[in-house]
Amino acid sequence: MITGTWPLIRLALRRDRIRLPIWLVLLVLIPSVTPPSFAALFPTDAARASYAAGLAANPALVSIQGPIYGTDLGALSAARVLTISAVLVALLSVLTVIRHTRAEEEAGRRELLGATVVGRHAGLAAALTIVVGCDVLVAAGVTAGFVGAGLPFAGSVAAGLALASAGVVFAAVAAVAAQLTESPRAATGIGLAALGATYVLRAAGDTGSAPWLSWVSPLGWPALVRPFTGERWWVLALAVAVAVALGAVAFALSARRDLAAGVLPARLGPAAASPALGGPLALAWRLQRGGLLGWTAGFVLAGAAFGGVAQGIEALLESSPDTIELLRQLAGGGDLVDVFLAAEFGILGLLASAFAITATLRLRSEETDGRAEVVLSTAVGRVRWASSHLLVALLGPTLALLGAGVAAGLVRGVAVGDVAGQVPRLVGGALAQVPAVWVLAGLALALFGVLPQWVVGAWGVLVTFLLFGQFGRLLQLPQWVLNLSPFTHLPRTLDGGDIAVAPLLWLLVVAAALVTVGLVGFRRRDAG
Amino acid sequence: MTVAESPIAVSGLTKSYGPTRALDGLDLEVSAGEVHGFLGPNGSGKSTTIRVLLGLLRADGGHTRLLGGDPWRDATTLHRRLAYVPGDVTLWPNLTGGEVIDMLGRMRGGLDRARRAALLERFDLDPRKKGRTYSKGNRQKVALVAALASDVELLLLDEPTSGLDPLMEEVFRSCVAEERRRGRTVLLSSHVLAEVEALCDRVSIIRDGRTVESGSLTDLRHLTRTSITAELASPPAGLDALPGVHDLAVEGSRVRCEVDAEALDGLLRRFTDHGVRSLVCRPPTLEQLFLRHYAQAEPEPAFR
Repeated sequence: MITGTWPLIRLALRRDRIRLPIWLVLLVLIPSVTPPSFAALFPTDAARASYAAGLAANPALVSIQGPIYGTDLGALSAARVLTISAVLVALLSVLTVIRHTRAEEEAGRRELLGATVVGRHAGLAAALTIVVGCDVLVAAGVTAGFVGAGLPFAGSVAAGLALASAGVVFAAVAAVAAQLTESPRAATGIGLAALGATYVLRAAGDTGSAPWLSWVSPLGWPALVRPFTGERWWVLALAVAVAVALGAVAFALSARRDLAAGVLPARLGPAAASPALGGPLALAWRLQRGGLLGWTAGFVLAGAAFGGVAQGIEALLESSPDTIELLRQLAGGGDLVDVFLAAEFGILGLLASAFAITATLRLRSEETDGRAEVVLSTAVGRVRWASSHLLVALLGPTLALLGAGVAAGLVRGVAVGDVAGQVPRLVGGALAQVPAVWVLAGLALALFGVLPQWVVGAWGVLVTFLLFGQFGRLLQLPQWVLNLSPFTHLPRTLDGGDIAVAPLLWLLVVAAALVTVGLVGFRRRDAG
Repeated sequence: MTVAESPIAVSGLTKSYGPTRALDGLDLEVSAGEVHGFLGPNGSGKSTTIRVLLGLLRADGGHTRLLGGDPWRDATTLHRRLAYVPGDVTLWPNLTGGEVIDMLGRMRGGLDRARRAALLERFDLDPRKKGRTYSKGNRQKVALVAALASDVELLLLDEPTSGLDPLMEEVFRSCVAEERRRGRTVLLSSHVLAEVEALCDRVSIIRDGRTVESGSLTDLRHLTRTSITAELASPPAGLDALPGVHDLAVEGSRVRCEVDAEALDGLLRRFTDHGVRSLVCRPPTLEQLFLRHYAQAEPEPAFR
């Protein structure tokens, strides 16, 4: 039944030879740089204790990044990165498992291989093997990173394995999801919904009066392993047991269904198109509306969370003068709540750019999959077709950021009793990200128009800008290098009077220029 | 160029992908109202030619006219007057076949509802299924219905029956025959010889990006060799010296050979000199014609 797994593993690794290494580097790098930067930020025991106390007293922050159990460097680092990195590791698991199981079946490639000496479970076995292998590498890398930063060995191993266990559990969740639906998008949606639900469960458990909620959530387990604060190794066994059980369910379902069919029946759709579906823009909307609604919903939730966290930070500051001093050093002048919110909007700006790139590069996948050819053989011109997806890529992230700003403004406004004042300020702060987001969309379009084989470079650029923002100062990069990133030029304050408008206008000019290059380039090149 | 310009007029078309030369001086002339067969081995440049005609690819050189316009510059306006069925149809996984048919029809600028319904019936296609659930043949049917139900002058069909079963191929043939009766022009790229023979007024055969033959099927038959087996009254001599006689085998008074059409006269005269006891002539089959061109090492000058 699993004959031929090994060739499938090699095939999948060949296909993912760029994608997986990038993921692995990020998944190891993000946790590994945390202890050194915390060591620099909180050099004394007193500073660390103050930070830990402040964090523990701030339910909004705990709901986002997980609980804190101690005051040493290891405990601080684990609290900061474990839960969030676990989400990323789980995300890699879900995407990779679906990519090599259900997506292959839908594309019909699995059928091609199924006729050779490949058992019916081989695809699933290969995907799970690869993901578990990645998780082991993440565990090893994070352990090495933490040990290298001078943290205790046992805690470092526990932290690495805790992250890996989340990856293994969600690989098994995705394996089940892949059996249920015919569509890889729907299967990915099920996996991501499970990810979101478990995250919310543990957020409630970590902050509320029902700590057992964290115990039923696989995303709560990495923190519950308690690296550096009396490791509970048996929690890892719990994760492995759940993963094995889910994996068994997936294999059982796989044995019962036909190739390319799902356990859930496929439904029939309309026999005729609605009158609205008559042009490229309607098609782009139809193809991207699901993603747009998902991103916007996520941004609204994130905005509400940030608005709530800000309230907690004010409370935290009153009780902890040391932390005020530290945050002042980090953020410079200005109202600290504003500085915090501006920083969070900066993160949303990066995420919105990822959305913009995804939406823009839909053009490329439509082209390489041969669907663009049919549309372009009708009276739809190239610029009109490219503009349709570009419009989604420009307006979608804007809408998502607007939603985040409104949600943050409402939550914060209700807390401080000034909805009418907070909503416009925070909407302005969120929308200030838009020019940089559009630059990234423009860059993706320019690559699509001029260097279509290199569109993936847009992701490389975004990751580079992300690293600039997160580690640029730490690595002491020269200012001119940092200036290459559009995010460097965004305001770091919500105080309207202090925002320099000129850089934002320049970013819009750059975005417009990139869009023009992309459209002109696409008009001139071969399509398909 | 005639007074009424041909819907498709291509001469000396070249197109390279990096170092690979996909089209190397291709000629193609399709007259109004004809069904033109477009034949050639895999990778000979048929799809590339059609994509140049659609303005998806930019020609490197040569002269290309489509419906009186420039296929690259005037793509959008020209596309209102044509419909295209790709050889490998991919659909949007979450759109139903019916939605795709309607959407493409609207993008072309109009769809005949009655014809749409009739075609769905004839091709036995369920328009309510999502794109991901269709088989290759059914995806092709979706594209065919969308193209055939559109109000256009020119149909560009790139191996449209490669996924259809024999029953559906028959439906396709009758549909194309109807299109011809309506006066539409069809460029049909195909490997199915019976289909070409049944449908096409004229054919062009290309190989390695060049046109090697073009003309009506009758013309092309003349170009190939007739197989002859004869029993003569006396053993012949000097047959191998005749021009246009190939694969000659003489066993006593028994002769077998392949003869070019223009050499038939001379050979038969020699036969009657010797006295003919029996004679079997086999006309060239299309298969022979195509195989000869498909397998040929060096392209011959184009026939006009």
